Amino acid sequence: MSGTFTKSMARNIFFGGTVFFALLFLALTFDSMQTIPKRDNHANLTPAVVAGKKVWETNNCIGCHTLMGEGAYFAPELGNVYKRRGPEFIKAWIQSQPTGAPGRRQMPNFHLTEQQLNDLVEFLKYSSEINTANWPPNIEG
Amino acid sequence: MQYSSQSVAKPYFIAAIGLFLGQVLFGLIMGLQYVIGDFLFPAIPFNVARMVHTNLLIVWLLFGFMGAAYYMIPEETETELYSPKLAIAMFWVFLIAGAATILGYLLVPYAALAHYTGNDIIETMGREFLEQPLITKVGIVVVALVFLFNLTMTMLKGRKTSISLVLMMGLWGLAVFFLFSFYNPSNLVLDKYFWWWVVHLWVEGVWELILGSLLAFVLIKVTGVDREVIEKWLYVIITLTLITGIIGTGHHYFWIGTPEYWQWWGSVFSALEPIPFFAMTVFAFNMVNRRRREHPNKAATLWALGTGVMSFLGAGVWGFLHTLAPVNYYTHGTQITAAHGHMAFYGAYAMVVITIISYAMPILRGRAANSERSQVLEMWSFWLMTIAMVFITLFLTAAGILQVWLQRYSSTPIPFMAAQDQISIFYWLREGTGVIFLLGLLLYIISFFVGGSEKAKAA
Repeated sequence: MSGTFTKSMARNIFFGGTVFFALLFLALTFDSMQTIPKRDNHANLTPAVVAGKKVWETNNCIGCHTLMGEGAYFAPELGNVYKRRGPEFIKAWIQSQPTGAPGRRQMPNFHLTEQQLNDLVEFLKYSSEINTANWPPNIEG
Repeated sequence: MQYSSQSVAKPYFIAAIGLFLGQVLFGLIMGLQYVIGDFLFPAIPFNVARMVHTNLLIVWLLFGFMGAAYYMIPEETETELYSPKLAIAMFWVFLIAGAATILGYLLVPYAALAHYTGNDIIETMGREFLEQPLITKVGIVVVALVFLFNLTMTMLKGRKTSISLVLMMGLWGLAVFFLFSFYNPSNLVLDKYFWWWVVHLWVEGVWELILGSLLAFVLIKVTGVDREVIEKWLYVIITLTLITGIIGTGHHYFWIGTPEYWQWWGSVFSALEPIPFFAMTVFAFNMVNRRRREHPNKAATLWALGTGVMSFLGAGVWGFLHTLAPVNYYTHGTQITAAHGHMAFYGAYAMVVITIISYAMPILRGRAANSERSQVLEMWSFWLMTIAMVFITLFLTAAGILQVWLQRYSSTPIPFMAAQDQISIFYWLREGTGVIFLLGLLLYIISFFVGGSEKAKAA
């Protein structure tokens, strides 16, 4: 950095560059908001799905699992679990926890009601139908 | 210490280190649960331990940032803090709220905690890193606003330097982007889209302004290099940070239901994100080589150089490793992500907070630097923690590569848990290395109590 490049020039480039790229990001976000409805499966965003999302959140499922690859990496991906396992298996699995198998990773029993289980399954079904650009690479998640 | 109100930083730094210890202990619990699945079950299930681990990280870094700001702003603005009493009051509010939240995680089932703390009013809980109850989130906003008010008022009455300006922009940005944690739409795609406005625009955006200004401040002090030169570097670095990092948010928009053009925007811009970190490394070494004085605090200089190198490796190199969309298609949400997360947070944020603590704490305790013995111990802790983190990262990377192969890439993909069983050796190695990290941290804490009477001469 030679003497001709001054601090005030650096500062001006910082403010100019930041404003430019922040505006570009906002423009891309605006465009995304127009495009996302074609991919986000919102037609199936029923009251049951909304209730299921709340069950998902208030039991901190993301603390062990990933959902579309985001979350913790301790337990399987659940964004596509509806397609991998189907609704009945999911409900039976949640109800039978913990397995108590010695040395194996344990999932708590969250004492969900039949209604909550159904809502959660609806949420996972909705999630599995979002267009994720063909991710994950295979059914194992 | 030049201004008596700088002393409010001290409790913030002490709390930061204490919470850091808690974070590492819970990290070790989780590491063991990876291989002995029923360890501490059902007392501390993995999801609870993880919440504690990540939330303690965030809170101790925030304590560190706040302490750093309370230390730096009076010195930079050449005036006493607007209200030291307010700063101390907010310390206790934040500490008690933080402790109550952690105890809530540990003692109350999460669903009950959500119910009793008003999650039904505004549903914000149960999202990664933003698990805090509504009342805690509101508390964070209140503490942040009082903190920013206090510092902004200080700055208005004093000298305005570039370092303090950049620091304040970073801290205001931190508070503003946290507000997106209150927005949780039912539409999962939108939920995730704006969740990243907190998480990504924090750690790959405004937090880097804080990081840059802390590093610049310490480098001015320990090297004596001209402020004009250092502040010019600072502007160059944060320019590179934001012009790559803002659009770089797109590397999180590959597979969550967002338009596919993000695969291009995200890949190209985030591929450039290592550049500001590389510049930071060059900056730190350059300034130390051009030093005009021999500061007696060698440990602080070591932490400053370490921040440059480790943030480049962790955030820059390990970020680049899996940021291109065709690669990320296979690595997304695997142990590769965990590897990157660990070294990036340690190298960039943990280390810069320790850098400012290492520089400021001796001065807050009435000496320019700690005794030779204390510094030697601190430098040992530097190497133990840093090398341990390098190996934690390497082991998690190895686990991640195998996980990707077994579960995602081979012609006969196997289920998640079957893959986990196959790679458990790397989790054992990670856990062992984690114990070394804990030893390093304990040594670091011990260094505060060693040879306090034998004072180094002021430079």
